[in-house]
Amino acid sequence: MTEPQAGRFGDFGGRFVPETLVPACEELEAAFRSAWADAEFTNELNRLLADYAGRPSPITECKRLSEELGLRLLLKREDLNHTGSHKINNVLGQALLAVRMGKTRLVAETGAGQHGVATATAAALLGLECVVYMGEVDIARQALNVFRMKLLGAEVRAAVSGSRTLKDAINEAMRDWVATLQTSHYCLGSAMGPHPYPWMVRELHRVIGTEARAQCAALLGGDPDVVAACVGGGSNAIGIFSGFVDGDACLVGVEPAGGAAIGRGTPGVVHGSKSYLMQDEQGQVLEAESISAGLDYPGIGPEHAHLSAIGRARYECVQDWEVVAAFELLSRTEGIIPALEPAHALAWVKRDCASLAGKTVLVNMSGRGDKDVDQMMEHLGER
Amino acid sequence: MNAELGSLELALRNRCAGGEKALVPYLTGGLGKWQECLAAAVDSGADALEVGIPFSDPVMDGPVIQEANQRALSVGATPLGVLNALSKLDVGVPIAVMTYYNIAFRFGLERFAAVLASCGVAAAILADLPLEEADPWVQAADAAGVETVLLAAPTASDERLGRICERSRGFVYGVGLLGVTGVRSSLAESATAIAARLKARTHKPVLVGVGVGTPEQAQQVCSVADGVVVGSAMVRCMLEHNDPIALGELVGKFRQSLSFAS
Repeated sequence: MTEPQAGRFGDFGGRFVPETLVPACEELEAAFRSAWADAEFTNELNRLLADYAGRPSPITECKRLSEELGLRLLLKREDLNHTGSHKINNVLGQALLAVRMGKTRLVAETGAGQHGVATATAAALLGLECVVYMGEVDIARQALNVFRMKLLGAEVRAAVSGSRTLKDAINEAMRDWVATLQTSHYCLGSAMGPHPYPWMVRELHRVIGTEARAQCAALLGGDPDVVAACVGGGSNAIGIFSGFVDGDACLVGVEPAGGAAIGRGTPGVVHGSKSYLMQDEQGQVLEAESISAGLDYPGIGPEHAHLSAIGRARYECVQDWEVVAAFELLSRTEGIIPALEPAHALAWVKRDCASLAGKTVLVNMSGRGDKDVDQMMEHLGER
Repeated sequence: MNAELGSLELALRNRCAGGEKALVPYLTGGLGKWQECLAAAVDSGADALEVGIPFSDPVMDGPVIQEANQRALSVGATPLGVLNALSKLDVGVPIAVMTYYNIAFRFGLERFAAVLASCGVAAAILADLPLEEADPWVQAADAAGVETVLLAAPTASDERLGRICERSRGFVYGVGLLGVTGVRSSLAESATAIAARLKARTHKPVLVGVGVGTPEQAQQVCSVADGVVVGSAMVRCMLEHNDPIALGELVGKFRQSLSFAS
């Protein structure tokens, strides 16, 4: 995976933003390019990733579940990072970059709250002001993460327009950024948005794939047969795929059936880039619907659209009930309660286990399930 | 030379020729009595009209126009519905549609440009289509005879403003402040500043919008600019009253304030 040419991955990507934001995107691109080539910056980031976030994350071999499914299942344990998900890799990088650019305030959107918590954490660590936009619907279903953000000193603002979920939180964050770009950095949480975000966020999550490939080499003597990850905007997936894309492993992104941009979408332009998008005949963006707030997004990062278009990765979708079954299965068989997001990837592995028989499957365990326990307790009728 | 100009630029140049100021009200298509309101705006002195085609995710718009978009969509407004209605409207001034790029992209750029032209729409403003991404659309629009108005923001370098002025048709749309559409209590200094920077670079009409919400603010910015685009104040009037008479009165107040600007 190389740098996109003119901000594009094949036919996808670009910089479709209001004119006011173009110079801000250009400034960000130049700042990231310079920081990413500067050993002082990358050393500082790597130090934080190790000492603060707890990297490298291990790979766990799932003995009991492997036996049950008839394959060899490995998990890349991003759930063990500080703040409980892969999101910390991206926000530490962007927060350091914001400081380097002289910005004093971080703006972020969040769906399930994982990116919001991670951003609030990085802001606290580096002494930055932090405002997180979150859909009103998501605030209700992720109360625990809302409180965590407040504890960390962030202000959580409700997005009350449209579907009142992740897509609307992104709209609000972009509106904030348009008005505050002189002091604020928009800490976008997925590998989407206008250039340079899809590229920059992938680079900041590349550590997942780089570590995983080396760990697989040590454990297996080579790449796994399959690398699977859940996809909303697609940051954890692009991070782990980046380690394997130049090899032979089959790359599989798993979307929720109610938010399947590649599975059910058509090419479109929203939130700064051209990609696949769930939209109606007139070009109005549809509201995604998934049990997982973090994947409740009608679009997908442009590099995934490109990987799909060229056939290098394939994208499957799973139903909410399959996700819940996988959530329970991993908890019971391995003692790991997954977040609902990576439970999508597990749900696909479980459903397709016959065709995966005997293969080695690496799943990116992008987050832990603590945040979802309350919702699952209700869903499973335990109260 | 004037023979090559589009009808929007021609109308604005004619208005501004003797130092007069241009007034372009914005209304959201598909919202309440929007067609009657457009006619009332023209009767009260609008030189051209900007009509919003509602979009589900209007990132450049503040709460008032967001609300208008949502209401219009919830009662079934569609791009073709708005455009068909415009084709039947004979208001006697040029109309520009304002929307977001995905609406045009989903239509197909050539088809969207052709539909605009066939509906008698003079110009288009695509709020999330900056200069670097504009080529495919501008070519389609040019070929169909549709003027593409480009926005010019306070964040742009002088060199960038020059390129925007060069490429814009109809007028150059100066963004009055750092932020989304909406009425503010006072005019930002950036509004007259962007107007001055643009006036120094182009002979095309320079209109300022975004954050121009009262007749006084319109008058202030027109001490430098050739005119104003007034959106949220108009749309708020529509949301509150849905009354062509009230809207006409509001447009009249802006018109009057501009007659004192020089």
